[in-house]
Amino acid sequence: MTINVKYFGLIAEITACEKETILFTKSNVSEFLELLYKKYPNLENKDFQVAQNQELVTQDALITGNELALLPPFAGG
Amino acid sequence: MNRYSRHIALSEIGQAGQNKLLNAKVLVIGAGGLGCPILQYLAAAGVGNIGIVDFDTIELSNLQRQVLFGSASIGLNKAEAAKTRLQDLNNTISITAYPKKLTHQNSLSLFKNYDIIVDGTDNLFKNYDIIVDGTDNFETRYLINDAAIITNKPVVFGAIYKFEGQVSVFNYKAGPSYRCLFSNQQEKEQSGHCEDLGVLGVLPGIIGSMQANEVLKMILEIGNILSGKLLLYNALNFQSSVIKINKSEEKINKILNEKHAFETKTMSFSCNSETTQISIEEALKKENIQFIDVRETSELPKIEHITITSIPLNDLEKNLEKLDTNKRLIFFCQSGKRSKQAVSILKQLKINNCFSIKETSSEIKKQLENINYER
Repeated sequence: MTINVKYFGLIAEITACEKETILFTKSNVSEFLELLYKKYPNLENKDFQVAQNQELVTQDALITGNELALLPPFAGG
Repeated sequence: MNRYSRHIALSEIGQAGQNKLLNAKVLVIGAGGLGCPILQYLAAAGVGNIGIVDFDTIELSNLQRQVLFGSASIGLNKAEAAKTRLQDLNNTISITAYPKKLTHQNSLSLFKNYDIIVDGTDNLFKNYDIIVDGTDNFETRYLINDAAIITNKPVVFGAIYKFEGQVSVFNYKAGPSYRCLFSNQQEKEQSGHCEDLGVLGVLPGIIGSMQANEVLKMILEIGNILSGKLLLYNALNFQSSVIKINKSEEKINKILNEKHAFETKTMSFSCNSETTQISIEEALKKENIQFIDVRETSELPKIEHITITSIPLNDLEKNLEKLDTNKRLIFFCQSGKRSKQAVSILKQLKINNCFSIKETSSEIKKQLENINYER
């Protein structure tokens, strides 16, 4: 399946894009991240959360939707 | 003419709503980029009791976005200067400045009604209904979150990164908390922590205004509150998204179960460690030294006349082999903030022979040029 992935903050700086479409054949979020880390090795040590279809999900969640977002925490004020 | 006639004219507010604002007690932590617009709108709206916590002093580089302050405020404490400005804006409300750092020890008292006497004066800490997080580092954000869970207060959260912002309301009517969103993965790199990153001046104005809006709606009991949701805003392309956050009972219960030990905790990390700070002049007098520039490689001005190792702060932990730990490690950056953080990071890794240069990179460049000229 194809997944539309959105990136925010520092994550978007590493991927050098705010969104892209990625072809994915496995089942859960952590498997998707493994795939993403191969494309962007610098993501692996970054703190972020994953949302699927605008809802925060855990790494063992199955990929059911076609939109994922990677959200890093922001500190600035 | 009534100061609040434009509020009272709204059927959703009216005199009854305006009275709710007058009786509300809101504590704003951080009177910086976010805190200034938050405070400005809360005071203008007639929120009757406002507390302001900030230990920091105003610098010239703050004026680009911290709109309560002017040139005459440079060097003053932010909480006190904000109070002075706001009292001029609205002299009918009560404003209390707490020119101190929020800690595990004072936060519970500050959020609750503990009637603690501050610094030997008769200023009593008051009771606040709503806590607003306008701070600039993760550690204080988690401290606010945990103290709010323990004292059962809602937190209006806002945070920014360059051109992007996040807004949410935590712990509102037993809703999710900040830890339900980001669980503080300290083993991972958390960007922006205490860094002097660039920020578009108007961005904290937008995000802080959104926070003030949430505060006013909560007091007035109108509209929908951003609880259980994270609003993301991008100032460059108008994109905004709302992400649903689920409550983690486990994470909230952990805080509640450990509440007896809360006030014994200390901040393990500080953005302001004074002891390892030195001037460029002092640094040059030392022998056996390695200068490390922790700015991004593209940042200007370039420093010449001394040998420098360049390691951007984000890459520091991956490049420890570039550090000669037999030498004194002397860090610098654009303003002196990232270099302080570099020292803190290395101290946590038990590399202790580190110093952070106080001066900005422009001042370092100027001083080195003067020395070189004299030679």
